[in-house]
Amino acid sequence: MALSPTMRFTLRIWRQKSADTPGKLVQYDAPDVNPDMSFLEMLDVVNERLTERGEEPVAFAHDCREGICGTCSLMINGVAHGPVRGAATCQVHMRSFTDGQTIDIEPWRAQAFPIIKDLMVDRAALDRIIQAGGFISAPTGSAPDANAIPIPKQDVDDAMDAAACIGCGACVAACPNASASLFTAAKVSHLGLLPQGQPERNRRVTRMVEQMDLEGFGGCTLFGECQEACPKLISIDVIARMNRDYFKATMSAREESKPSAGSG
Amino acid sequence: MELRSRIPSGPIESKWDTHRFEMKLVNPANKRKFTVIVVGTGLAGGSAAATLSELGYNVLCFSFHDSPRRAHSIAAQGGINAAKNYQNDGDSVYRLFYDTVKGGDFRSREANVYRLAQISVNIIDQCVAQGVPFAREYGGLLANRSFGGAQVSRTFYARGQTGQQLLLGAYQALEKEIARGGVKMVTHTEMLDVVLVDGKARGIITRDLRTGAVEAYAADAVVLATGGYGNAFYLSTNAKNSNATAIWRAHKRGAAFANPCFTQIHPTCIPVSGDYQSKLTLMSESLRNDGRVWVPKKAGDKRPPGEIPEAERDYYLERKYPSFGNLSPRDISSRAAKEVCDEGRGVGETGRGVYLDFADAIRRLGEDKIRERYGNLFEMYERITNENPYRVPMRIYPAVHYTMGGLWVDYNLMSTVPGLHVLGEANFSDHGANRLGASALMQGLADGYFIIPYTIGDYLANAKLEKVSTDRPEFVAAKAGIESMTKRLLGINGKRTVDAFHRELGALLWEDCGMARNAAGLQRALARIPEIREEFWQNVNVPGSDRELNQALEKAGRVADFLEFAELMCTDALHRDESCGGHFREEHQTPDGEALRDDERFAYVAAWEYCGVGNAPRLVKEPLLFENVPLSQRSYK
Repeated sequence: MALSPTMRFTLRIWRQKSADTPGKLVQYDAPDVNPDMSFLEMLDVVNERLTERGEEPVAFAHDCREGICGTCSLMINGVAHGPVRGAATCQVHMRSFTDGQTIDIEPWRAQAFPIIKDLMVDRAALDRIIQAGGFISAPTGSAPDANAIPIPKQDVDDAMDAAACIGCGACVAACPNASASLFTAAKVSHLGLLPQGQPERNRRVTRMVEQMDLEGFGGCTLFGECQEACPKLISIDVIARMNRDYFKATMSAREESKPSAGSG
Repeated sequence: MELRSRIPSGPIESKWDTHRFEMKLVNPANKRKFTVIVVGTGLAGGSAAATLSELGYNVLCFSFHDSPRRAHSIAAQGGINAAKNYQNDGDSVYRLFYDTVKGGDFRSREANVYRLAQISVNIIDQCVAQGVPFAREYGGLLANRSFGGAQVSRTFYARGQTGQQLLLGAYQALEKEIARGGVKMVTHTEMLDVVLVDGKARGIITRDLRTGAVEAYAADAVVLATGGYGNAFYLSTNAKNSNATAIWRAHKRGAAFANPCFTQIHPTCIPVSGDYQSKLTLMSESLRNDGRVWVPKKAGDKRPPGEIPEAERDYYLERKYPSFGNLSPRDISSRAAKEVCDEGRGVGETGRGVYLDFADAIRRLGEDKIRERYGNLFEMYERITNENPYRVPMRIYPAVHYTMGGLWVDYNLMSTVPGLHVLGEANFSDHGANRLGASALMQGLADGYFIIPYTIGDYLANAKLEKVSTDRPEFVAAKAGIESMTKRLLGINGKRTVDAFHRELGALLWEDCGMARNAAGLQRALARIPEIREEFWQNVNVPGSDRELNQALEKAGRVADFLEFAELMCTDALHRDESCGGHFREEHQTPDGEALRDDERFAYVAAWEYCGVGNAPRLVKEPLLFENVPLSQRSYK
């Protein structure tokens, strides 16, 4: 097997010391890039060289490097997670780019995701949306036998499609309104499709949607950019489901708050 | 140091029940007076923190991730075992227990393994109640698959993302408790030391990874659930940030480290493609059901696979192990791959790879059938390698992916430091010298949901703890120690990067303490590791400051610990002059190349006591008794 030819890129990377200092794009040369390198390995090499030259390496978030932990989060040439459909940043390889190309690398941009440093942002707002209701209250030890409630296969498959969300925030970064609707709706759908999720269904959707607004995410206008950017290809159908659930939940809350109108 | 395993007396079936009755309880009104620190938010830590909070304890929970949903449990693909016997195919708690003891090559504790098998059924119930979308049949009941060579179908799964779904279940339970106020969650914060007061674990020292602030936290007990040490090898299937710092620093404070040489090497991973390689990716072992493993007969044969005629190929697994062939066990297959590559017959640019060829299976079954069985794996392979495995054979090579060793714990999951409990991959307890597939998730959740909530109550009810504050000299001194280590790392201003040292250490361990070990290689490694460590402290280059987010500094601390830990791993591997499970000493093998145990001399847990950097650690043995599963040679005939 022949040795792979190397590629060369010009990188323009967002550098920002901290949330309260201004940032800017800084140009770096990346020579000798092997096309089989992952995008993050290419950045590793850039960082090794910066360190050897006595400069500060670029901070970026990453961990599992196999597309499941949701830590990596780069805007590559304006596209969340870069040019490969259905892949997180860590699953993008340099062969997806053209030799000699200039590549812009930026952090997720959203009011609800303040910058920590360079390419890293604070996504704690997503955890707070889950805290608002993205769970089924089932204290340890209280569960009935796992087969006590049969669940239609289709329902579980649909729930799993939504549950595949890795919480990376690409949907927010891709959305012109910086809405977290795809993220929130994926959890609302996952739990709302299962019988175990029914008792808290109304409360869950109401609280999660309210929290999403409180965090400063924008509203959803169904552009659909989120599903294009989603590394797990979660469909915006889940947003329709969330909106329906939210409507039903607010209606039934209104009904419940009316004074009883019985004939007795 | 004395090892008291606290295994309850009585028949194995009733040990846990008896123990649960005998343990002291903390009454509900008193639970809120106790604070428990949980470090780590994978399956074990997340489930423990949520459950302890549900019981009424105050929980302080720490994660170095930005969210408690990201720990590496999330990457587990295959599934989770449970002795539900939903398939009516002969499974039982006893059979799962038996398989796990035998699979661990008789180097685990029977009582712990039996309890694990018992609890396995509750885990599935719990996860379903939380909304984990396990695969189901058309009738709406749970589906199972067989896994890792078991003769029954006992593995529950959620597509290829079982670890993710189980972790999200625990994460959601944890977020529920955070919202309720029972858990105070501290993210993006790394534990750097355990603090002992009057000989008991009473707190930790941390570094806030965003601001660099070093802080002290006090509590009544500490729980570590910080994962394994596979990244000592630099290249492994672990996540990049997985590290041994928490357990290593606890070891330095007095917690014995058990069986550090037990590491599991998975045979089917995507090979290293170049020096820049940062981690390895596992491909499900199920591929070996239809793929045939081969290399060229001639060393240095660089022809593309399609141009190598049948007669010039060596299907070495089929040749050497005719009865099991391509389905030979993990350890055997891994070692055989290393052997042919050592002979210069490896394939791919680096020569460290073997072919896994589906051409025969495609001819026999058709491409559609293969796509149906392995489509997602083939896609993942193609994405990484840019090669189409329907046309050219896959290239695979073994990689480190799990560590069975860890901090020594008693039956209550408490280490040799009173009050310091250890869960999940971070402890040594259940897998012996080799872990079976789909058992890691089971153990993490058993420890977190169903064991520690009972045993920590017993500790707290008995311990007679006075309140301590972080003003105490023990905390102040530990904090100062961490701050001075940080200053030292930043002040070296050497020439080599942290990663350069880590890569060098990893290559050394892989060569001399990897798939196959021998006395000469281990002695060589033991001579070399202190030299690398010495150079690290003279010549490492850690840029930036300690008052900000500094990823190089984070890595430097972890690599400094790996450089100490590696010596213990090799010491243990050298002392264990037998082969068992994943620990293969070339000097001890059967004529067929299988691991040859020496039960007379080594049927014990090797627990090591720390005696200072560079000083020989002290070995304390916990003898292992096999009263239920008779000691026998594992056989794959």
